[in-house]
Amino acid sequence: MIGIVGYGAYIPKYRITVEEIAKTWRKDAEGISSSLNVKEKAVAGFDEDSCTIAVEAARKAVKMAGIDAQKIGAVYVGSESHPYAVKPTASVVADAINAGPELTAADLEFACKAGTAGIQMCMGLVASSMPDWIDYGLAIGSDTAQGRPGDALEYTAASGGAAFIIGKNEKELIASIDQTFSYTTDTPDFWRRQHAEFPRHAGRFTGEPAYFRHVVSAAEGLMAKAKMKPVDFDFAVFHQPNGKFPLRVSKMLGIDPKRAKQGLLTPEIGNTYSGATMIGLASVLDAAKPGQKILAVSYGSGAGSDAFALTVKKGIEKKRPCKKVLEMVKEKEYISYAEYAKFRRKLKTL
Amino acid sequence: MTNGNLPLIWRKFPERYLLQGNRCETCGTCFFPARQVCPNCRRKGKLVQMEMPRQGKIITFTEVFTGPYGFEFETPYFIAIIELSNKARLLSQVVDSPREKIKIGAKVEKVFRKISDIDPEGPIAYGYKFKVVG
Repeated sequence: MIGIVGYGAYIPKYRITVEEIAKTWRKDAEGISSSLNVKEKAVAGFDEDSCTIAVEAARKAVKMAGIDAQKIGAVYVGSESHPYAVKPTASVVADAINAGPELTAADLEFACKAGTAGIQMCMGLVASSMPDWIDYGLAIGSDTAQGRPGDALEYTAASGGAAFIIGKNEKELIASIDQTFSYTTDTPDFWRRQHAEFPRHAGRFTGEPAYFRHVVSAAEGLMAKAKMKPVDFDFAVFHQPNGKFPLRVSKMLGIDPKRAKQGLLTPEIGNTYSGATMIGLASVLDAAKPGQKILAVSYGSGAGSDAFALTVKKGIEKKRPCKKVLEMVKEKEYISYAEYAKFRRKLKTL
Repeated sequence: MTNGNLPLIWRKFPERYLLQGNRCETCGTCFFPARQVCPNCRRKGKLVQMEMPRQGKIITFTEVFTGPYGFEFETPYFIAIIELSNKARLLSQVVDSPREKIKIGAKVEKVFRKISDIDPEGPIAYGYKFKVVG
């Protein structure tokens, strides 16, 4: 049996409200906030990046798992804001949690779903029939998402990340991953070219043919493969580019949107890109009880979705993290647009 | 971090990433950064490598208004002498902490942050900073 042995989430403490961003561009804050169902977003500090976020999340995951970090045999970090174009974030993470040097590591990129692709890669490695390959794999989704000043995405592009340790020892699992299914097509809805500072997107094209098609297809494919129905799931977590898409896709799949609320954090912290589905799943695991079933579906532009069916295990009760995701969401300090521009180095001199 | 001193910085990664210091097994004193010789036991001392605890308290602190090169955009910021729970002491920046909570005796915890990122085409230096908890 393969599953999650431990997890950790990290949300930077700084927040900027939609109102503050809208004020800068003289836009209708109330209208934007209600159309996106987003109030504010998390902003990484001046000395934070997707690597420091990944390390903080990974440390929490190792602590919760209660394992020797030296037994981690693979580290994958999914992000679309890796600090280097060439030089892995994963090697920094591995050394910073003292997991190295005997492990494999790589950085992944698939817009917002590279972290869940890392989970699948770890699942494959721990389940491999090759003797004594790896005991545990660490998959991280972490981002300090870039929003072009004045663009619609600036209201949501946020910072945060989560890490999951994947293992195969049934006694250690806090949740089993019973099935996974992916759906991938060449759909150019959002991209960032090499050396470009900010991504570009295709406006409304990011909806129906992109997010909804892939999330629905992956979720339905998963349910068919696992012989499960929408009513079988106690919780559902979806990628959350805004606060509305996950609730709408939940309805489209026949899942009561109330079941998607525990994992929906975008209204309070924005879209943490590679971190979004994974922080949402961490929040669900904070609340879930043994025996409950979870559907988790990521989405990455370009485009693809990874869907997972999980069952919460008894082991979760003894391993509950000391600080829940929803508590981290509440720990915040508001910043002005000027401070935000400085922290995220949007000023040319920084 | 400039290209010229990369090997020096690289050797310090265990210290900067993991707070790796050492402990004298003869007298039990912990050292950070690691010492070559125990100043208490000298040749009778036996030093073993160890990770320092992540928790500590502020012994004293100051607020920096004019930062050195590489830190000028972070001002004003706090630096503090921190005593870790094993009594080892170190100097560190204190971040993400409200001004009113930074005081002598305040409990702090290690966080992983960028220390220096001054050259857009150069390497980034990561390491420890501390934040007030509770």
